[in-house]
Amino acid sequence: MTKAILEIDKLSCGYGTKTIIRDVSLKVVDGEILSIIGPNGSGKTTLLKSITNIVKSEKGKILFQGRMIQSIPRNELARKVAVVGQAVEPAMMTVQEYILLGRLPYFRKYQFMETRKDILLAQRYMTLTDTDKLKDQLMSEVSSGERQLASIARALVQEPALLLLDEPTSHLDITHQAQILGLIHRLNQELGLTVLMVVHDLNLASEYSHRLVLLNKKDGHIYRTGTPEEVLTENAVRDIYDTPVIIGKNPLSGKPCIFLATQNII
Amino acid sequence: MKNRKVKNWFLMLLLLSLFLLMVCVLAICTGSAGIPVQKIPEILINGKGTVEHSILFSIRLPRLMLALSIGGALSLAGVLLQGMFRNPLVEPYTLGISGGASLGVCLNIIFKWYVVLGVIAYPLSGFLGAVLVIAIVYSISMKKGDLKTNNMLLIGVMISFVSSSVVMLLMAISHSEDLHSIIFWIMGSLDEPNMILVKIAVTVSIAGLILSYFFCLDLNALALGEEEAIHLGIQTERTKRCLFIIASTLTGMSVSVAGIIMFVGLIVPHFMRMFVGQDHRILLISSFLAGAAFLTVCDVISRTIVAPLELPVGVITGIIGGVIFIYVLSRKQVLL
Repeated sequence: MTKAILEIDKLSCGYGTKTIIRDVSLKVVDGEILSIIGPNGSGKTTLLKSITNIVKSEKGKILFQGRMIQSIPRNELARKVAVVGQAVEPAMMTVQEYILLGRLPYFRKYQFMETRKDILLAQRYMTLTDTDKLKDQLMSEVSSGERQLASIARALVQEPALLLLDEPTSHLDITHQAQILGLIHRLNQELGLTVLMVVHDLNLASEYSHRLVLLNKKDGHIYRTGTPEEVLTENAVRDIYDTPVIIGKNPLSGKPCIFLATQNII
Repeated sequence: MKNRKVKNWFLMLLLLSLFLLMVCVLAICTGSAGIPVQKIPEILINGKGTVEHSILFSIRLPRLMLALSIGGALSLAGVLLQGMFRNPLVEPYTLGISGGASLGVCLNIIFKWYVVLGVIAYPLSGFLGAVLVIAIVYSISMKKGDLKTNNMLLIGVMISFVSSSVVMLLMAISHSEDLHSIIFWIMGSLDEPNMILVKIAVTVSIAGLILSYFFCLDLNALALGEEEAIHLGIQTERTKRCLFIIASTLTGMSVSVAGIIMFVGLIVPHFMRMFVGQDHRILLISSFLAGAAFLTVCDVISRTIVAPLELPVGVITGIIGGVIFIYVLSRKQVLL
């Protein structure tokens, strides 16, 4: 039996009186890449936000390494769970300054400057994410793909056990999509980093995840959890997305690959 | 890289301190009775009892102290508020604190509380008005235990409008001599004969600077947005609450002692951001020093330009600050 780093048990949450996800139970196993997929509004991001306590849960519990997530102090949690958001604020600071902010959870009380270790770590992850050459440029002046890479570097500097990503590749061209997902894959392989991410693109999710969680917008439950082959079937996609598709196989990886099968394709 | 950064910061601080020192000397030497720089040490050592000594200690020095602390306090409050609201247009007066203070002073002048209480009635009524507004803004924007920053901003702006309308109303129905003193107070002045108030201003502004340093890293993280700051382990609620209290105390103190001095709290932070960047560890102290120097220079100009008359210092800060700022903005390609 593999160890679960994160365990979500019968979680319901939403905004105000509107419940978005209901009775969601889910385990993230140590060392895997798990992707959350589902239509717009099915609660993918909400689920992610409930893990970091930004959206308060109405029912159910979330256990991180066996502890209730609400009981873990914020800065301790920030040392274990790092989040890469959907869009990164184009702040007026250099890429390096931005990445160094990831060390904040490790600052001792009344510590004022970064330590040598912080700088070296930032350097290491800048090299790894290929943001080294950008380090003196302003965050507001680099492209959105580069900002996303910087954001991943910032998350890695937090030295987390679990990395959460919210649509890391949306709005990016295929070069950056491949670069970022390749990087995540490498981090998972080389550093053993556990990754939970929200992915919109079903094909990318299929290629780059060990397991998928498909959320159902209609009732807020999980429709199915499993390997890409188990989750991405023609019936499942038709049920959830109301769109006829044909599922093929990626000739290289053998993973499921989705083709639209609507009538009015040119 | 770290050493380079620290070295740059020190250099910046050194330059600013030198500049501030020069400004202080200038402020002490200029006035209706010019005192040459080289005579100052002599006056300090054995000039007790001379006219120059008393000019120095009872007129120039208190005024200088007040200009330094008000200038520093206002720009510090500006940095804190802009940082916490992540909005470059916020300044200390946006939150309605100045409106509340001027309403308080206006009531004081019209109902002649100063007859009963003496000169202290001006700052006291101003401060009460400011505290009242702070309490209103704070309690309305506290919902379910968390501070909604956008609500707060809007409520502040609305309170500003309401109180300035009430001030206008009061002005419209007041006597002409009251009107004159209201207008003069609103325009702001650094002429403060009460030494205790000067001391309070100095203490509050320095205390504000020290306290705000406990939150400099939180402010850096807040620049990324509240959610990101939470993800970095920042107690955003506590930080916002403390910063609001620090900034509004600084503003309330400044307004009640010196009246409404515009632009310092808006322009100096932007100006310093162009030079030292977004890092609040250096931004806080450098804005404080630069604000102190800026207001002192403006005060010197306001007392000398049409001597022996004196212009309201708020007019000078607005004109000089605005013009310099537009100039720099048009020369340098910067994003705010």
